[in-house]
Amino acid sequence: MSALPAHTPAPGRAIGLETAGIGKIFGPLVALDDVSIKVPAGSFHALLGENGAGKSTLVKCIMGFYQPDRGQVMVDGREIQVKNPREARAAGIGMVYQHFTLVPSLTGAENLVISRLDVPAVIDWTAEKKALDTFLQRMPFRVPLDVPVAHLAAGEKQKLEILKQLYLDQRFLILDEPTSVLTPGEADEMLGLVRGMTQRGEITVLMITHKFREVTAFADDVSVLRRGRFAGGGKVSELSHDAMARMMIGDTVVRARAERKPMGKTPVVLHLAGLFAEDDEGLPAVKEFELKVHSGEIVGIAGVSGNGQSQLVEAISGQRELSSGRMFIHDQPFEPKRGAMDRFKVFGLPEEPLKNATVPNMSVAENMAFRSFDKPPIASIGWWLRPGPMRQKARELIARYRVKTPSTETPIANLSGGNVQRAVLARELSGDVDVLIVANPCFGLDFASVAEIRSQIMEQRNRGAAVLLVSEDLDEVLELADRVAVMSGGTITYVAPIGETDRTTIGAHMAGH
Amino acid sequence: MSENAALLTVLFAMIGGAIRVSTPFIFVSLGECLTEKSGRINLGLEGTLVFGAMAAYAISFLSGSPWLGVFVAGCCGALLGAVHGWVCKLPRVNDVAIGIALMTFGLGLAFFFGKPYIQPAAPRLPSIPLADWTGNASLATALKVNPLFFVGIALAVFLSWAFRNTRTGLILRTTGDSAAAARAMGVSVDRVRLLATTAGGFLAGVGGSFLSLYYPGSWSEGLSSGQGLMAVALVIFARWDPMRCLFASMMFGAAGAIGPALQSIGITQGYYFFNAAPYVVTLFIMIASSSTKGALASAPGELAVTR
Repeated sequence: MSALPAHTPAPGRAIGLETAGIGKIFGPLVALDDVSIKVPAGSFHALLGENGAGKSTLVKCIMGFYQPDRGQVMVDGREIQVKNPREARAAGIGMVYQHFTLVPSLTGAENLVISRLDVPAVIDWTAEKKALDTFLQRMPFRVPLDVPVAHLAAGEKQKLEILKQLYLDQRFLILDEPTSVLTPGEADEMLGLVRGMTQRGEITVLMITHKFREVTAFADDVSVLRRGRFAGGGKVSELSHDAMARMMIGDTVVRARAERKPMGKTPVVLHLAGLFAEDDEGLPAVKEFELKVHSGEIVGIAGVSGNGQSQLVEAISGQRELSSGRMFIHDQPFEPKRGAMDRFKVFGLPEEPLKNATVPNMSVAENMAFRSFDKPPIASIGWWLRPGPMRQKARELIARYRVKTPSTETPIANLSGGNVQRAVLARELSGDVDVLIVANPCFGLDFASVAEIRSQIMEQRNRGAAVLLVSEDLDEVLELADRVAVMSGGTITYVAPIGETDRTTIGAHMAGH
Repeated sequence: MSENAALLTVLFAMIGGAIRVSTPFIFVSLGECLTEKSGRINLGLEGTLVFGAMAAYAISFLSGSPWLGVFVAGCCGALLGAVHGWVCKLPRVNDVAIGIALMTFGLGLAFFFGKPYIQPAAPRLPSIPLADWTGNASLATALKVNPLFFVGIALAVFLSWAFRNTRTGLILRTTGDSAAAARAMGVSVDRVRLLATTAGGFLAGVGGSFLSLYYPGSWSEGLSSGQGLMAVALVIFARWDPMRCLFASMMFGAAGAIGPALQSIGITQGYYFFNAAPYVVTLFIMIASSSTKGALASAPGELAVTR
């Protein structure tokens, strides 16, 4: 075999899949309990659930990463044994992971070819390129194949991941939160094309998601998981968002949203003037960033990840040097150093707080004291630390912010993501806040934590803080912000008060139009 | 001696030196390049190099065949590489630490077994006289080239081709850049790395045999003086590209030849300083190519130092 797997996606080639009473136990944790879902050939099925509801475990059982302790996986009505991902692949089941599995330094063509099982020892690139061209011509979307994947935009990578599965002739695709890195426009385009393929009966799709909008717009059926159990499902056309939400969270009490207090004309607190910063490779990431945030205002920065948001937040919080530009707070020059942050009451909740805002191996109490350990009552004569008051303060914060931790002395790395987030939030919001810098605060958290954290942010705004919210979740920006700014290519390309804009306009600017 | 002739002599001596001195660098750096492309760093190549030098010399002395010595040196290197690859497979083992341990181990072992071979003279590798026909004595000396130099060049060309055009090459790069992707493909990451480290060790061993069997051409304990370590720096400088490894090696070789070349025309002032040229070059390269901000752009993503 020289090249060319050259399978044509054809109607009627899609395969159906069914799980029957799947159970999976990890030590004391029951990850899946008697889960049965049915995905008929050629359908678009959505799998909904909160983090930790068992969605990933279920698809990993289907893909052969885990062996279910109970129950079966059936393809087209026949039971199959999938011992590893290779066998899943042989059965025509492919998965597009949330984190890209493309090899960054290989080109698109190299990535596709090497993913095939039957690559010849010496690759005949002329023949392979020709075969790839023929293959791409039949595909609904195109991606440049001759540049290293590292240089592709997120949307292109996602498309390439899907192309790879089709190239491998997988006829049952599992998509794990496929749109988390795409603009709304890109997401709709991609899902629309995939939907078209299911309607033509070429493939079957099982999509893991937590976005109701995508479920309603694209899926035929939905299954909802809660705490490892099947919590409901059915035809999407017969279910409302509320019904699906109730299935997802069950009877968990979700804190009511904090009200937005109307603010009159308020003074400018934070002024970012012409900021420039470079990324790790020394390329410009933030360019001429200009923004003013008023007291009692949340400015939401929307944008596709990788457009300089991380570098911006790092620059404002002192983790990255500015190559040019200045910052002002209350018209006074601000340098992001510990002393100045203290004086100007600047606080922050960076993304990936375990990495960016904590020392993972230090205790919860110590981590909670980062802003106050050198001040009384924890420190006396400026340098003598007293663990007693430190623990006392940590206990108060743990109770007030409902941080679930075995003790104040547990290393913070042992806490779950939501609780790390709460611990950092407790530390940052416990004092008087003038400026709050928040980045992707709810990434990967469950409903209850999300509601809690968003309310806290809103409360700070209502108390008069100037809040800069950087988020890749457009819904979050739409919910919280008073003003929306779109960041694209390292700079602000669009600003509008929340009342005068909508999802489509913002989406178009996110895509760079 | 006129000014011009002296300059020419120095130039020829540097070219000859570049060819002679660079050969072990070429082999070690290509070996290290191969290993690092798979996502592991083997700092033990200095030990492998010296052990290879000792083994080659001993076998050449005992058997009378220097080429057999080269082969055995390669095999010893492969064995040391395999030990590195195998130990690193165990959980919670750091490849850099193991590399340093194996470097000391290789050196110690070489000194231990090498004691009896310091005095006797073993048959050395032959050379190909490329410029005897010119009648220029210094040019003729400069262009007495060892076949291993050509093997090194061919190897660099081959590796650079193989990384792009063979299944093995692509799998190696995949493993080095994203272990998760390799595992998803059903590739055994540990096995790929074990094989890559073994092959890298083989090349380093061959590089060592050149030291003891051709230039300088005898076995002593101070033979390598850190060339194995410099080769690691060289791979970083060459941005993990075999062809650039080749050119960087030649540059190092030329730098190393300055001292002896100047001495050959009677300039002995600063002899030790000029002998230190390759080390100075290493230092400056590391400073010039360092970054305070993050990983190098073309570094394999799985390397412990870039993660």
